[in-house]
Amino acid sequence: MNGRRIGADLAVVYRTYTRNPIALFFSLIFPIILIGLFGLIFSTIGTGTTTLYVVNDDHGSPTSVAFLSALNNTTVVKVATVNVSAASFGAWLGDHDDPVGLVIPDGFGANYSAGHPVNVTVYTDPQDAASSGEVLGAVNGVVSQFNLEAACHGGTCTPVVGVLTSQVGSPSYSTIDYLIPGLIGFSILTSPMFSLVDISSTYRKEGIFRELSLTPLTRGEWLSARIVWYVLLTFVSAAIVIGFGAGVFSAHVKLNLGLVPFLVVGPFFFVSLGMLCGSVSKTPETAALIGNVLTFPMMFLSGTFFTVSSFPPGLQTVAHLLPLYYVIDGMNQVMLFSNTTRALTDLAIVLVASVVTFLLAVRLFRWRDE
Amino acid sequence: MPTAIEVRGLTKQYGELVAVGGIDFEVPAGTVFAFLGPNGAGKTTTVEILEGLRRRTGGTVSILGLDPWTDGASLRRRVGVLPQEFRFFDKITAREAIEYYRTLFGTSVDPAELLARVELLDKAEARFDTLSGGQKQKLGLALALTNDPEICFLDEPTTGLDPHARRALWGVIRNLRSSGRTVFLTTHYLEEAELLADRVAILHRGRIIASGTPAEIVRSHGRPARLSVEAAPALAPLLVRDLGVSARAADGRVEVELADRHDALRVLAAIDRSGIPWDSFSTEVDTLEDVFVRLVGRMDEGTLKAEAPA
Repeated sequence: MNGRRIGADLAVVYRTYTRNPIALFFSLIFPIILIGLFGLIFSTIGTGTTTLYVVNDDHGSPTSVAFLSALNNTTVVKVATVNVSAASFGAWLGDHDDPVGLVIPDGFGANYSAGHPVNVTVYTDPQDAASSGEVLGAVNGVVSQFNLEAACHGGTCTPVVGVLTSQVGSPSYSTIDYLIPGLIGFSILTSPMFSLVDISSTYRKEGIFRELSLTPLTRGEWLSARIVWYVLLTFVSAAIVIGFGAGVFSAHVKLNLGLVPFLVVGPFFFVSLGMLCGSVSKTPETAALIGNVLTFPMMFLSGTFFTVSSFPPGLQTVAHLLPLYYVIDGMNQVMLFSNTTRALTDLAIVLVASVVTFLLAVRLFRWRDE
Repeated sequence: MPTAIEVRGLTKQYGELVAVGGIDFEVPAGTVFAFLGPNGAGKTTTVEILEGLRRRTGGTVSILGLDPWTDGASLRRRVGVLPQEFRFFDKITAREAIEYYRTLFGTSVDPAELLARVELLDKAEARFDTLSGGQKQKLGLALALTNDPEICFLDEPTTGLDPHARRALWGVIRNLRSSGRTVFLTTHYLEEAELLADRVAILHRGRIIASGTPAEIVRSHGRPARLSVEAAPALAPLLVRDLGVSARAADGRVEVELADRHDALRVLAAIDRSGIPWDSFSTEVDTLEDVFVRLVGRMDEGTLKAEAPA
């Protein structure tokens, strides 16, 4: 590896890129358009039965059991009782793909029987407005039924049970906050993939790789220059998306250094993957096909625009096989939930995938004929 | 004179197809060698093997004492290559391209000076995708010279160039030769080979069918000199009968083969004596192109065998 040669090649990439307005548009402006677009579409996604995680601090009192049984009977939710403290429940939900939950407080049954007001707390997922709405509807329905049965004496009904809501992550987060890591992930995926798949196959077809093979530039240096370029571009793109989200939509994203590794490893992976697609294909057409087959599922199934937890279980399994899922999930953990352990796990997965893909790409990438 | 390029028993097969069928030649350092042949003869395959771009099937190749396939890394600093139909990054200017190669090779060549050498200085700031075909070839040549190479491989460098640009490129090749560089040239243009090359090899279907200096090839494969006279066809049988020469009539002219220079005088005297009216006359000798066309034609008819490998 020679830094001067990588630098010289980087200058060529920079000029090629900045002199091509369409490439620049797709990398930097397109995600901004998508923020607005998908913000609108967001609430229309329906789901089936949602798992509702429940912390029952009333220690299995008959009233609480009846309450949960009534919830199950709505068929909108499926109750799953978990053994977590109410204080850490929000963070616990953040680690799960289906972050909707309910806390039944200590003394729920006793207060209910005595006619003293008592509140249950519903945790909703702002990233998944549809299932959150359904869960809230189901809980409110059951609460109304309980209030009717318990508290109507002499024609006057005083509600006993109330519903508090809390959002997973932070109560003040909105849809736009969850879209930002997704859209940064979208940029990390699409800019290098589309570009590398294209140039790796057309440069070979046009003989440009053969010409470069006659210079001291190595394949590793060539690929490294592209990685450096797309890392830089990702930083600019992330800054624009975050700036636009915060400035126009008042997004509350936490900017911290934990984001940086994802902005480096993400492009590293997708430059290598794009190169690999081009290297294993005989023609630019085949390369584009392989590239699209890999890119499009990732574009929609990795948590870019739609939360993975809103998918049917089979599709969720597919999502967990996609490297971009871990990039976006990691950025979510860093920017919204401050869950370092999970972010590090995500980072480790992407890093291993990147190193393997990079080595494979350098090995299979031929710039002269055997 | 040391040998720059030495090729022995070189073969290249693609499955059943034999692209290069066992060829031998050597190129002394500081000379211009032209590789000629019809389309599909195996010229580009051969030159790409010499450049290290293609792996050979058999035989040995030595470029400056090195194997181009396995010693590519050290060789590429010492050779320059202009591929057929040179392509480069569309949005990069000619000057930037030279600066890029200069950094890759770690040399200190002046882009303006190099572009002036190939007569492209006026296009220094033009992006590659705005250059004409000939200008692209010139840039390719400039890039091939960025590392001041000991050997230049030029694969059909003048194809698509206008006559003026072609002459400019000939000048560059002559300068390379006079500064002690070796030039390996493939070309369709026979007069180019005749003008520039010290030695020539004619390739046909993967085999060398003639090699040597252009003059040697014309001498050994060309027809004898001919005297062509504008006269009635009846003159031909008369000359055959009176002088015992080979003569034939076609297109209002009579063509007589001359065994040596003195034959010309005898034939002219006989024509004058015959009383048959005649007008202009000229002598004709084969050019390398005539020889090439005849050799390739005879190969295709199967009446000529390739030179046996040494």
